[in-house]
Amino acid sequence: MRRFVSIPIFAALLLGPGVGAAQDPGEGETVRAVIVASKPFGESYLLGEMFAQLLEARGFPVERRLGLGSTEVAFGALRTGAVDVYPEYTGTGLLAILGEEPRGTPHEIFRRVSAEFRERWGIRWLPPLGFQNTYAISVRRATAEALGLETLSDLAGAGPDLVGGFSPDFLGRGDGLPGLEEAYGLRMGETRSLLQAVKYEALERSSVDVIDAYSTDGFLARAEVMVLEDDRGFFPPYEAAALVSRRLQEELPGAVAALTEVSGLLEEEAMRELNRRLEVDGEPLTRVARDALLSVGLLADAGSIPDQEGLRPRSEGLPSYLWERRHETVQQTLRHLLLVGLSMFGAILVAVPGGLALERSRAGAEGVIRSVGVVQTLPSIALLAFMIPLFGIGVLPAVVALFLYSLFPILRNTFTGVRDADPAAVDAARALGMTPLQILRHVRLPLAAPVIMAGVRTAAVINVGTATLAAFIGAGGLGDPIVSGLALSDPWMILSGALPAAVLAVLVDAGLAITERAATPKGVVVSGS
Amino acid sequence: MGTPPESDGRVARPPLPSFALEARDVQKRFGEVVALAGVSLRVAPGECVALVGESGSGKTTLLRAFNRMVVPDAGAILLGGRDASGLDPVRVRRETGYVQQEGGLLPHWTVLRNAAMVPWLLGMEDAEAWGGEALDRVGLPQDHFAARWPRELSGGQRQRVAIARAVAARPEVILLDEPFGALDAITRAEVRDGFGSLRRELRMTTVLVTHDLHEAVELADRVAVLREGRLEQVAEPGRLLSAPASPYVAALLARARLGAGRAEE
Repeated sequence: MRRFVSIPIFAALLLGPGVGAAQDPGEGETVRAVIVASKPFGESYLLGEMFAQLLEARGFPVERRLGLGSTEVAFGALRTGAVDVYPEYTGTGLLAILGEEPRGTPHEIFRRVSAEFRERWGIRWLPPLGFQNTYAISVRRATAEALGLETLSDLAGAGPDLVGGFSPDFLGRGDGLPGLEEAYGLRMGETRSLLQAVKYEALERSSVDVIDAYSTDGFLARAEVMVLEDDRGFFPPYEAAALVSRRLQEELPGAVAALTEVSGLLEEEAMRELNRRLEVDGEPLTRVARDALLSVGLLADAGSIPDQEGLRPRSEGLPSYLWERRHETVQQTLRHLLLVGLSMFGAILVAVPGGLALERSRAGAEGVIRSVGVVQTLPSIALLAFMIPLFGIGVLPAVVALFLYSLFPILRNTFTGVRDADPAAVDAARALGMTPLQILRHVRLPLAAPVIMAGVRTAAVINVGTATLAAFIGAGGLGDPIVSGLALSDPWMILSGALPAAVLAVLVDAGLAITERAATPKGVVVSGS
Repeated sequence: MGTPPESDGRVARPPLPSFALEARDVQKRFGEVVALAGVSLRVAPGECVALVGESGSGKTTLLRAFNRMVVPDAGAILLGGRDASGLDPVRVRRETGYVQQEGGLLPHWTVLRNAAMVPWLLGMEDAEAWGGEALDRVGLPQDHFAARWPRELSGGQRQRVAIARAVAARPEVILLDEPFGALDAITRAEVRDGFGSLRRELRMTTVLVTHDLHEAVELADRVAVLREGRLEQVAEPGRLLSAPASPYVAALLARARLGAGRAEE
């Protein structure tokens, strides 16, 4: 029992240095900050950063929450007022949010989503930014030349000899591959499910022959890749526009007006070039966004936004890259520990007494434990999305989600550890006059301690890994560079989050293994050690 | 085990215990299973009664009714003449020695702490001194054994610690559930003889559950034979052997190779 005292202290140590990092900077006293978000891919980051810089240039303080998990997370945050603005595409709004068939001209689609979003949620689509981004089925130029491919109709003839690499949602969506097969009579020889981040590399290395790109992808500016023409007009137009929360419209109409300035100014060719600089050349986000605003005349002074980082040649070594980023990495690690520490502390506080209580009233115990186990089967991103209506975005919903994930191993191990504690010893203790509380305190708990600690250890290691996903709901931590790196196709940025996270998981595991041994009472041999 | 070393005078206690146990028409069922179907038995102060019978005969249930580990559905348990249902069960258990087959030592407590458990629970001063003295009595000199862990002991030594734990607070009553059942034959005889002399010395009212008729005959003043929750016969060992009350008892004796003609005492 005495040894359990160390857990709160341990947690407090974890929390201590992190608490400062949890506070978000830049809350203005008179004008609240506009919370600008984006989804986790390159173009969305770029547009989000452009919105942010434009607002700052017009005198509005800004808080950035770039790279939010998915359409559900970003839109959920906007709907509940946790964020104020993020870039979205009309086709996605119609299809993924309203669940309607994407049919009609760009103008019809914009009118439709505009009216529907305003009526349902008071959310406003600002006038489109000026470019469309739609699926662009692409092949290697060499393949196109060898097979004489120019259009999707041409592809339909050659399909059976080619391997397709498509994003998971494209493979399933009605406006993706199934619709395409129907519209063109297309049959691929083989299809593979590929994430956006690796698709171009797979194409260039001839691992696949056909991919679903987006029409403004920076990679399409490369000579080796060719987009096939959608000669039957199958793909609906996806116009990009700023999506603005009801709250921002009510509270800061001036900010909405400032965001409207960029409407209609961005052309497809220019976007593709900007995306290329960001995703292919690895130029810093802040600079590419600033240049974009300068080029359309929305920023007067080139020096008004300082470069936050220099141009980084991708030939630079990984160690020196990591070294340069060490301060950010330390901050992100502390934030990560804050997320893990808070959620683990809460989970221990709830699950250990909970396991003890279940052991005393065994009737419903298995049912309760199994229901808690169901949380474990929820995909992390779905659980995080559920949190938004309740807790908004940021640290709190992430901690709650991680807390829920950590409950099960601790609860299960506490329950079974206490229940299965040496039955003969428990019976003798009772028969010689220990009270139930004394039995718990002097027999069951000490004998269960190593089992409980093993549950804590399992939960903590899962927690350290899962906490990287917290970046999807704006909670920061080591997931931030992973999400950004995936969006910007920057493997080193990914590693700058993934390596410390892996090291952290190993250290936490090793540290808790020692605690587990220390929690084992003397005189007791733990099976398997 | 022999005579335990003389100790320092705390040993003093009334030379004759006054504590009698009584079961009056005790009934107990567990779900559909009838464990005790109306059992009446009186154990006189200082007497040792062995409960024998096959598994499921109800002997352990009856034993555990005496320290309120089992609460009868009907009938009464009297402890020293008082109805047990009015007594605090925790108090009753602390004042009653108990030894089970597997010993049930707390594996994370040293031998001495185990032996001193009941004096500690009773809030006695110098609990460890009482525990240590009990260890000496069961032939495990505390100088040598106090600091050891239960898993470092042999089965026989562990069982002696369990006995020491049961007697350390000098209870007037001790209950034993197959206390020597898990031991090999030689160790069993040793521990059993040791317990026999300790019991006489401490004059404890004793109830002993065993499936071993030899053991019952050896240790007990009277033997109670249980069958399907009822008492088949209660008699002194000599009488049991010479005059089995029923064919069942006779068969039980025959199976244990204790013939009706065999002389006893």
